[in-house]
Amino acid sequence: MCLGVPARVIHIEGSEATVILGSVKYKASLLLLNDVNLGDYILLHAGFAIEKIDCLEAEETIRLFNEISNLEKE
Amino acid sequence: MNTGNLPFIDEFRNEKVVNRIASQIKEISNKKVNLMEVCGGHTMTIHKNGLSGFLPENITLLSGPGCPVCVSSTRFIDHAIAIGRLPNVILTTYGDLIRVPGSSSSLEKEQRKGVEIRIVYSVLEALEIAKASKKKKVVFLGIGFETTAPASAAAILQAVKQNVLNFYLLSAHKLMPPALETLVKEDNQIDGFIAPGHVSAITGCDIYRRLTDIYGKAVVISGFEPVDILQTILMLVKQIESKQFKVENEYTRVVRPEGNPMAQTLMKRVFTPDNAEWRGLGWVPESGLSISEEFAAFDATRNFTVSVLARELPKGCICGEILTGKKKPSECKLFAVVCTPINPEGACMVSPEGACSIFYKYRE
Repeated sequence: MCLGVPARVIHIEGSEATVILGSVKYKASLLLLNDVNLGDYILLHAGFAIEKIDCLEAEETIRLFNEISNLEKE
Repeated sequence: MNTGNLPFIDEFRNEKVVNRIASQIKEISNKKVNLMEVCGGHTMTIHKNGLSGFLPENITLLSGPGCPVCVSSTRFIDHAIAIGRLPNVILTTYGDLIRVPGSSSSLEKEQRKGVEIRIVYSVLEALEIAKASKKKKVVFLGIGFETTAPASAAAILQAVKQNVLNFYLLSAHKLMPPALETLVKEDNQIDGFIAPGHVSAITGCDIYRRLTDIYGKAVVISGFEPVDILQTILMLVKQIESKQFKVENEYTRVVRPEGNPMAQTLMKRVFTPDNAEWRGLGWVPESGLSISEEFAAFDATRNFTVSVLARELPKGCICGEILTGKKKPSECKLFAVVCTPINPEGACMVSPEGACSIFYKYRE
């Protein structure tokens, strides 16, 4: 029950969004999160969007992994 | 889990990166260290991907108390059953909970005997059931940490707004920092924490400060992919080897330093901290959330009078020691003999996030 999953927002109506994960659609309440826009990736947890996923941060983290592990040289 | 539409997921599961980080860990790690993965989601990633096999022998991973179903006390299950047996009550719950054994029954067994129980994915579904069943009293069993507590708070505020007066919450919501502090006070074998990513998304990073500053433990907030976990372990080992303890955040794509202020506000509005009983830890001061006076009308504890006796865990079950990282599931005499996911004796075998269930699924 406590597992959060990342999903993309494809529709917003009032305080409820429709999100897609793979090819499955879910409802996500927006009562805990402001400023959600179409196309955003959110973290879905027990029916609520609890945080936005920051894709730039994700890329930065990946860049750090690569730096650490020197993969860029391969 | 199909996450095909995420643009960066493959990078976080890349085996080459896992191997390279693992060799970095081997290079710098000298001391014998015990690291606790607090969250059941982390336990799952570790065992599903065999991540312990990438680590040197001096690093031991311990499972922690971060599975909400597992830490729910026998008394809470008994309390829920007692309310469910009252006339005109519908219990609503997250699915995992219904198979957790109480002292003499479980919600699943009670359902077969006629207690009305509906499984919901979200607390808002429970609110909808209340709206559609005006003659019934609909009680939602509120379990979970700082992740699900704001959702329960939001549901109560919606009930107020929409004047749904037959909706109640039986709160067993819990707070993570007091539990972790109890663990390190009791037992100093833990050197560092793989801290829960989604709790931290709500609370922000500061809640672990006492663990680093007062108790000298390493803390890194972690994401849930294999590369996240290995990277987190590398960061923890660096802290431990250099004796520079601080709260670091590996999961920056989700966790902001300040957390989610909107969720924090709702939680503070509806709940007040209270003593709470944890399976494995017993009563921990200020580690639970009770409904505040203002919202008493929605509090199942206040509005349903039932008597609940304190009872022990099933005989032989060492769930408590497993939840506190003192023992591994394989050290339990019941494990995989009489206690299996089909026929669980203890809560840790019930939930898919429970250590026993995960060890059972991925055992060799």
